[in-house]
Amino acid sequence: MASVVANNLTKQYGKKKDLVQALKGVSFEVEKGELFGIIGPDGAGKTSLFRILTTLLLPDGGAASVDGLDVVKDFKAIRQRVGYMPGRFSLYQDLTIEENLEFFATIFNTTIQENYDLIKDIYSQIEPFKDRRAGKLSGGMKQKLALSCALIHKPSVLFLDEPTTGVDAVSRKEFWEMLRSLKEQGITILVSTPYMDEASLCDRVALIQNGTILSVNTPDGVIASYKHPLVAVKDDNMLQLLNLLQQYEGGLDAYPFGEYHHVVLKDGYTTASVTTYLQEQQLDHVNVHSIRADIEDCFIALMKTESHEHK
Amino acid sequence: MKQFVSFVKKEFHHILRDKRTLFILLGMPIVQILIFGFALTNEVKNSQIAIFDQSNDVATQALRSELNASRYFDVVKDIHSYPEIEAAFKRGTIKLAVVFPENFANDLDHFNTAQVQLIADASDPNVANTLTNYATAIILDYQDRITNSRRLPYTINTEMRMLYNPQLKGAYSFVPGVMAMVLMLVCTLMTAITIVREKELGTMEIMLVSPMQPFKIVVAKAVPYLLLSIVNITSILLLSVFVLDVPVNGSLLLLILESILFTLTCLAFGLLISTKTDSQQTAMFIALTGMFLPTIMLSGFMFPIENMPLPLRVISNIVPAKWYYYIVKEVMIKGLGITAVWKETLILVGMLLFLLVLSIRNFKIRLA
Repeated sequence: MASVVANNLTKQYGKKKDLVQALKGVSFEVEKGELFGIIGPDGAGKTSLFRILTTLLLPDGGAASVDGLDVVKDFKAIRQRVGYMPGRFSLYQDLTIEENLEFFATIFNTTIQENYDLIKDIYSQIEPFKDRRAGKLSGGMKQKLALSCALIHKPSVLFLDEPTTGVDAVSRKEFWEMLRSLKEQGITILVSTPYMDEASLCDRVALIQNGTILSVNTPDGVIASYKHPLVAVKDDNMLQLLNLLQQYEGGLDAYPFGEYHHVVLKDGYTTASVTTYLQEQQLDHVNVHSIRADIEDCFIALMKTESHEHK
Repeated sequence: MKQFVSFVKKEFHHILRDKRTLFILLGMPIVQILIFGFALTNEVKNSQIAIFDQSNDVATQALRSELNASRYFDVVKDIHSYPEIEAAFKRGTIKLAVVFPENFANDLDHFNTAQVQLIADASDPNVANTLTNYATAIILDYQDRITNSRRLPYTINTEMRMLYNPQLKGAYSFVPGVMAMVLMLVCTLMTAITIVREKELGTMEIMLVSPMQPFKIVVAKAVPYLLLSIVNITSILLLSVFVLDVPVNGSLLLLILESILFTLTCLAFGLLISTKTDSQQTAMFIALTGMFLPTIMLSGFMFPIENMPLPLRVISNIVPAKWYYYIVKEVMIKGLGITAVWKETLILVGMLLFLLVLSIRNFKIRLA
């Protein structure tokens, strides 16, 4: 049975004049024990979606269930069994690490000892500082504490709303390792993030933009669905190069990507045709090579098609 | 139950760790009682007066020392011309000038009548009124003594007794007022702020996605402030009995129970505010304008309600502090029992229930 089901969810804010359609019919299913990523830029509707699933908001249309329980009707039962970590650090800043954890354990009718195994890997890293107040912790430590608090009652489904936003690269990596090990324990995890590179760490991902889900697939599936040839191009004057590439008749799209520009080619065009084109433009020593699309290229392509369809 | 205890414990951590706020919460009643008791008072004492004595005889000398001897006046200045009086008032050195005309004693002896002029600074009308009344009383008193030998054919003697507060001490009316004010401030303002703070910090979001019933969250938030208020009631009563000599004439138990009832009403009001607001500033603003100002102005503590125009008198009825202030005066100062204040008590109970039901119905179990 699917652990989380969203069926055509809609949500809007505001009155007639400045009406914002945050979710425009979102549907997906998350299997039990899956690590499911919801990926999209700021304002895509991720937080609204999470709040509906955690019973904090009522959807305007559609239905959703968590563990087979309806998010509107059975909100009390859902609140007993899910773990939720909001986007903002939301623990008591004037309580110490240990007090926070103890408090949340009691609120969820359990004790730290009872579920210590579950949080051991995470909590042991911050345990040496357990008498320090939560407000005085570093970003990474706060996040570990928040995760410990969300886990202390052994939730069946864990909702993490942008847990890695504003966290340094090392802590982000550590955090994802923690999620993988939690998954081993059979907890269903829904995690949202604006960072596309994190998508490959999920079992399956849903790409969301402007309140619409563009695709739900495994990271490999997303990459496999990418059909166009792709080349990476590099030169000394990157800005001029980008302008030229965007005017290229054989290109569908050109965008900066790290130290390279990525150019999506129409079928039939190759690395050689790009080199020829650039030579015609008096650029002789440009580094052009064919590459395999990664997940970010796929999302950029998906987003482009989506916004074209809207226009 | 364990959840609840743990939540209350957490609230105490919040309160006890915020030393500054705690200091204000516990220090405020003490400071207010002391300020009202010793600094801010509408009793007139030791007012500086000047005397323009154009006669300088036995009678004026006697009157002068009578005035000076009273605790209301201090003769600080002798004046020798009318312009000097004006100048002294303008400088603000005196509050009242007493002018004796020439031949004061002579007129009194031979024509049986003499005149004295009292000139007061009426830029503060209440003080001016009080001062001239006191001065007139002292002068009449002197007149009584010198006419005692010569019996007047008809006399009416007025006999005054000031019940419950024979010394006319201001403390008798402001102690109940300060109690109302402090309880209101601690309970309404602090409960409203503490709940809204959880919304602002986002912790309410987590609390809602937990098995803890929202109702319990709210009650758990109120408990520490109820206890804090009992501490405040105790400190106010101790101060007023031992420092200001205001006795508790009625039943102490009844007084404390009524105070707890009022505290609960304030807590319920704070709760209602918190259900309607999302930021601490708004909550504070509403609590101050919605509760604090009416408490000061419409409870009868600062300004007598009887003198207000009808609309204000009607509005004053919905101010809980008005009823509490009345109850405290009846119980503490007049020493009356529950039979005298049962009606007001019922009104407070009604308000409590009304606010409680309203705030529970308004409490959001979701974010929007």
